[in-house]
Amino acid sequence: MKNTKTLSVSAIENGTVIDHIPAQNLFNVISILGLDQLTESQITFGYNLPSEKLGRKAIIKIADKFFEDIEVDKIALVAPHAKLNIIRNYEVVEKRQVNVPEQIFNIARCMNPKCITNHENIPTKFRVINDGKVKLKCCYCEKDTDIEHMKLVNK
Amino acid sequence: MKYKSLVAIDDYSKDDYLEIMDLAAYFEKNPVQKLLDGKVAATLFFEPSTRTRLSFESAVNRLGGKVLGFSDSSQTSVSKGETLKDTILMVGCYVDLIIMRHPLEGAARYASEISKVPIINAGDGANQHPSQCLLDLYSITKTQGTLENLKITMVGDLKYGRTVHSLIMALSHFNPTFSFIAPEELRLPEEYRTFLQQRNIPFEEHTELAPNINDCDILYMTRVQRERFADPLEYEKVKNVYILKNSMLDHTKPNMKILHPLPRVNEISTDVDDNPKAYYFEQAQNGVYTRQAIICKVLQLK
Repeated sequence: MKNTKTLSVSAIENGTVIDHIPAQNLFNVISILGLDQLTESQITFGYNLPSEKLGRKAIIKIADKFFEDIEVDKIALVAPHAKLNIIRNYEVVEKRQVNVPEQIFNIARCMNPKCITNHENIPTKFRVINDGKVKLKCCYCEKDTDIEHMKLVNK
Repeated sequence: MKYKSLVAIDDYSKDDYLEIMDLAAYFEKNPVQKLLDGKVAATLFFEPSTRTRLSFESAVNRLGGKVLGFSDSSQTSVSKGETLKDTILMVGCYVDLIIMRHPLEGAARYASEISKVPIINAGDGANQHPSQCLLDLYSITKTQGTLENLKITMVGDLKYGRTVHSLIMALSHFNPTFSFIAPEELRLPEEYRTFLQQRNIPFEEHTELAPNINDCDILYMTRVQRERFADPLEYEKVKNVYILKNSMLDHTKPNMKILHPLPRVNEISTDVDDNPKAYYFEQAQNGVYTRQAIICKVLQLK
């Protein structure tokens, strides 16, 4: 008998589980956290999992890896409702939410084609503005980039 | 001593504006001051702007400093592919101050972050041009005796006009009332209307010029540029609507003055030039005193 309810991603002994990622932003989260650059940790992810809140969600399990808050907050732009479970010895020892940071460095590209950061090799810098809707104000050209149009810096 | 570059108008506080006003008045009374004796300023104009460059160079010369630089980047190593960073770091070895204009937005802010000498932004694309704003403020102060409690009417391209946006930000410290006259296509952007609403600064919006200028202290005219219109037909429809003629000035207030950042094309009829309410050429003259003031403040000389 096949048990269709078993999650095909196995539990981890120690590490971090990031849950409630909007499915379409899974690869953005991987890119922002640099998970594709990790050479030691075992990483498993689930994609297009059913979610009441998000419709389709994604989940990432990273073995033997723990993040600083400042690192994790970077994903708030693409996964504002993400929840982190810190796992030690198969137990959830801590749950964390992500907070939208005040400034973000070299994650997003500026939407303004006339911005200096799109013409020279300059790390981007934005202030995060939240007046009902989260927007990024470029610290160089002062133009706004909205989250829907945001493209990530190619690293 | 920590130098403070001037990149954007909101780098300065209300006190800074007032300090610039006092300094500009001082230089107007005493134009030749050798405060820059032995110092060198660079005017790096990555795109041409004759008026702004000459005004800055005049200011440096009157202060006794020397100027070097370029007025068009096509003759420089920029055309060989040198980065802005390298140009700024290299020029910073030769001079005490860099005055720069660049076609790309944010260029001056970036330069100020990497430069070891202070930067004065003389325009970065459509973004900021703070010396223009400060000379506008000085012209208003001089003609009205104050910056406080004035009614300012702005006409023309309120959507893209960076001088308009900067002036709104700067005057917001001085309890103004605004009136905005523009075609629908060039209406003041939402973000500035919100800015004013949040500060409880009253403003009205009109599309007609003649009936709406009689109660203002300052009439700030701007050019409606053809290149701002996606549809050339739209430009043709509005291009003659915002032309100020001498006959429209009969019932305006006696203290009213007409400002314009220049260059003007046809939005102020030449028959206005001899009216004592026309102030745009004196405004350009004020630009030299204001830029002397800015240079001294940036270099902390006065």
